[in-house]
Amino acid sequence: MNNRKEILDLYFLDARSRLIDIAAFMDRVNRSEGQADFRYSQFLEALNELGGTSSNQAEKVLLTFSDPTEDPIPKATTKAACGAWPGSIN
Amino acid sequence: MRYIEPHGHMVSRTTDDYKSMVMAGCQIVCEPAFWAGFDRSSAQGFYDYFCQLTQHEPKRASLFGLPHYTWLCINPKESEDVKLAEEVLSIIPEFMQSPNVLGIGEIGLNKNSKNEILVLEKHIDLAASNDQLILVHTPHLEDKRKGTQLILDILKADSRIKPERCIIDHVEEHTVKMVLDDGFWAGMTLYPETKCTSNRAIDILEVYGNERIWMNSACDWGSSVPLAVPNAIQEMRRRGKDPNYIDKIVYQNPIGFMSQSPRFVEPKS
Ligand SMILES: [Zn+2]
Repeated sequence: MNNRKEILDLYFLDARSRLIDIAAFMDRVNRSEGQADFRYSQFLEALNELGGTSSNQAEKVLLTFSDPTEDPIPKATTKAACGAWPGSIN
Repeated sequence: MRYIEPHGHMVSRTTDDYKSMVMAGCQIVCEPAFWAGFDRSSAQGFYDYFCQLTQHEPKRASLFGLPHYTWLCINPKESEDVKLAEEVLSIIPEFMQSPNVLGIGEIGLNKNSKNEILVLEKHIDLAASNDQLILVHTPHLEDKRKGTQLILDILKADSRIKPERCIIDHVEEHTVKMVLDDGFWAGMTLYPETKCTSNRAIDILEVYGNERIWMNSACDWGSSVPLAVPNAIQEMRRRGKDPNYIDKIVYQNPIGFMSQSPRFVEPKS
């Protein structure tokens, strides 16, 4: 495994660029007009998982966007997934 | 560097892709049956597709000296129509004896519906009664965690199924542990937006170890990169990984799993 300095040497600039991209995306959403959207609510919720010292932040972000229910749905009415759980609207 | 592409939908790829893969070190390609991007209208459409997977595509790969293996099924995206699925299941046995068929796949769930589960159970029964390996597709994005748990529960409920003969594909950080803890193999798919990036896949290896796990590009007609595995090899090198460590993940592990099929022939190299 690489040490902290090696990881930062390899990935800091890449992560910095992605972080600015996320900030710009949020600015873009805030400049836009329209209804609240469950995808963006979950996006903001997922951001709360970042910044701590835990080493499973990727897992926590994925779980924020996941369907938390256990039972099969009665029927598939679409083939697609959108990346956030629409059930959270209710 | 030598590697195996254990999950590539080559019917959707160009001849130039074959050439690039072989030049990058690909030794074997394996092609699970999947959804064409539109619904096939009849079992006859699947019959033709299975002919393509067992006859035409191996010939195409052989032009580059590349052994081609395949997996057969009706994809979970087409499982809502149970009658069609049953018709397709009935024609699979006639192809199961083809020399390049490794097993049943990629079966699994898409939206986690009751009919998808019914068709998944029928595929598992077909595999178990014919002693076939199983390759499982787990659902996308928000449906993955729930679907992976449902699939594991269904597989574990069938006493004929040996976890070491099933690979659960498209794992991510929130599903890899449950798959490995239950004794199954895990596949990590390297995609530009959904599923794993190279870096996340390497992180998963660092956290969960390099046993019973492989990487694939799952290149198909959508946004995907046929050279995703060699790209990940390059990233592992940047992290200073030992060549033997890399070889185990991209070559020895796929061989370890697939050689459980009597049809699989290890390349001489
Ligand atoms: Zn696939």
